[in-house]
Amino acid sequence: MKKIINEAKELNKKYNFFVTINEKAIKGIPIAVKDNICTKGILTTAGSKILHNYYPVFNATVIEKLKGCSVIGKTTMDEFGFGTFSINSAYGIPKNPHDLTRSCGGSSGGSAGYIAASKYSKFAIGQSTGGSITCPAAFCGVVGLTPTYGLVSRYGLIDFANSLDKIGVLAKTVDDASSCLKMIAGYDQKDSTSVDVKLKTKTTKNLKIGIPKEYFEHTDKKIVEKIFKLLDDSGIKYQEVSLPHTKYAVSAYYIIALCEASTNLAKFCGLRYGLSSNPEGKGFNEYFTEIRSKGFGEEAKRRILLGTYARMAGYRDQYYLKAMKVRTLIIKDFKKAFKKVDILVAPSMPTIAPKFTEIKKLTPLQHYAYDILTVAPNLAGIPQLSVPIGTMDKMPIGLQLLSDHFREDYILSFGKEVERWKK
Amino acid sequence: MKVAKSARLDKDIEDQLKKILEDFKLLEEVETDNIEPSFQPFEIKNILREDAVEESLSQEDALKNAEQKQDKFFKGPRAV
Repeated sequence: MKKIINEAKELNKKYNFFVTINEKAIKGIPIAVKDNICTKGILTTAGSKILHNYYPVFNATVIEKLKGCSVIGKTTMDEFGFGTFSINSAYGIPKNPHDLTRSCGGSSGGSAGYIAASKYSKFAIGQSTGGSITCPAAFCGVVGLTPTYGLVSRYGLIDFANSLDKIGVLAKTVDDASSCLKMIAGYDQKDSTSVDVKLKTKTTKNLKIGIPKEYFEHTDKKIVEKIFKLLDDSGIKYQEVSLPHTKYAVSAYYIIALCEASTNLAKFCGLRYGLSSNPEGKGFNEYFTEIRSKGFGEEAKRRILLGTYARMAGYRDQYYLKAMKVRTLIIKDFKKAFKKVDILVAPSMPTIAPKFTEIKKLTPLQHYAYDILTVAPNLAGIPQLSVPIGTMDKMPIGLQLLSDHFREDYILSFGKEVERWKK
Repeated sequence: MKVAKSARLDKDIEDQLKKILEDFKLLEEVETDNIEPSFQPFEIKNILREDAVEESLSQEDALKNAEQKQDKFFKGPRAV
């Protein structure tokens, strides 16, 4: 264990994967955990200054379930998960182990980068709201597994958007991801959205593969060519399918996610835990505004404002309710596709990991547009697996596999086949 | 400004927000007249438990993370 902690410290100097390294970890399987998951007695910040002093007095259910594992550290992330490149962090930005000038992706950037760089650790815990496992897995060249909504308990997760959040795994291989998911999946009375379904990880079915054409229209041409070459070389049969509401997914996702986030974040107000100051002589609103203005970062403020606006009387139907209806249509698109095929195969991200200098030039809307390939599966709550399929310009590319609710067995079985392809 | 006040934030980035909200209006072109909203990815049954007292945090644990406290209570700004 000592050499693992030492390695983590060394890697951290160079790449900034961790907010906290837990030197008290002494035995068991080492596990790095995204910093928005509560760990008893270990600093848990969710990447935010407003939680700079928060030491949970309880463990999240996933931590309790990881029997035989020791938390070796809490990984860097976008504040509350608000971002695609892990640059919105109050504790430094994780750097891509394949190229220090590029992003690890986000928001589970630290977990993905660490798994890519560590010689010892096989899996880490991440969490996705709109693509925060698939994105960093693809950018860092590791496997990313986002399970069906409700399969893994969210108890002890610092919520971003309750109807979208899923805890999942970043891993070296599909088998590693699968064994970690086996440990953390399962019904939990403490999470009212937890679903009592038995996890399946293997199938012998001859799987039918579909290619959602819209996902390729939004992707770098060189990545598209590479994927089709691999598919053709592997000799598998596939058919084209359509997910016609794809172009509406980013808007629908952001409206829903930000509405939910702005209500979730109302609890951070300088009482009970987190950032505070002496409240004596201050009015309620004056005090809350002071703490929240000091504690939240730029992107968190932007998202709270947008979410608050979209929920306000007079706009609720136009934005929030409309987005929830579009979500229904997006789910229907997937259900229709899964009547024809078992798995959808698409690029994980539209480009390779961008450079930090490129990210700086993006407007908020261009930033959000990067999520075009991951938000729809997250709105639908279907399982997602990102598998590395080689490199382009020396940077990793990921292939995302999607299947119907609770059909983790399909994507995990096919994912192992993708791992065997010659790249 | 009204939004910032309601969210208890000092920030006001009106122009930027206007642009983003304008972009989100793309959804208006989708026909949703007879479509029900999906508040969750699929229907989840409400599970209730017996309304019985269970073990919960001790007062000491509940106060552990609070910097502003007095006589075993949280300290906050004046409400009235």
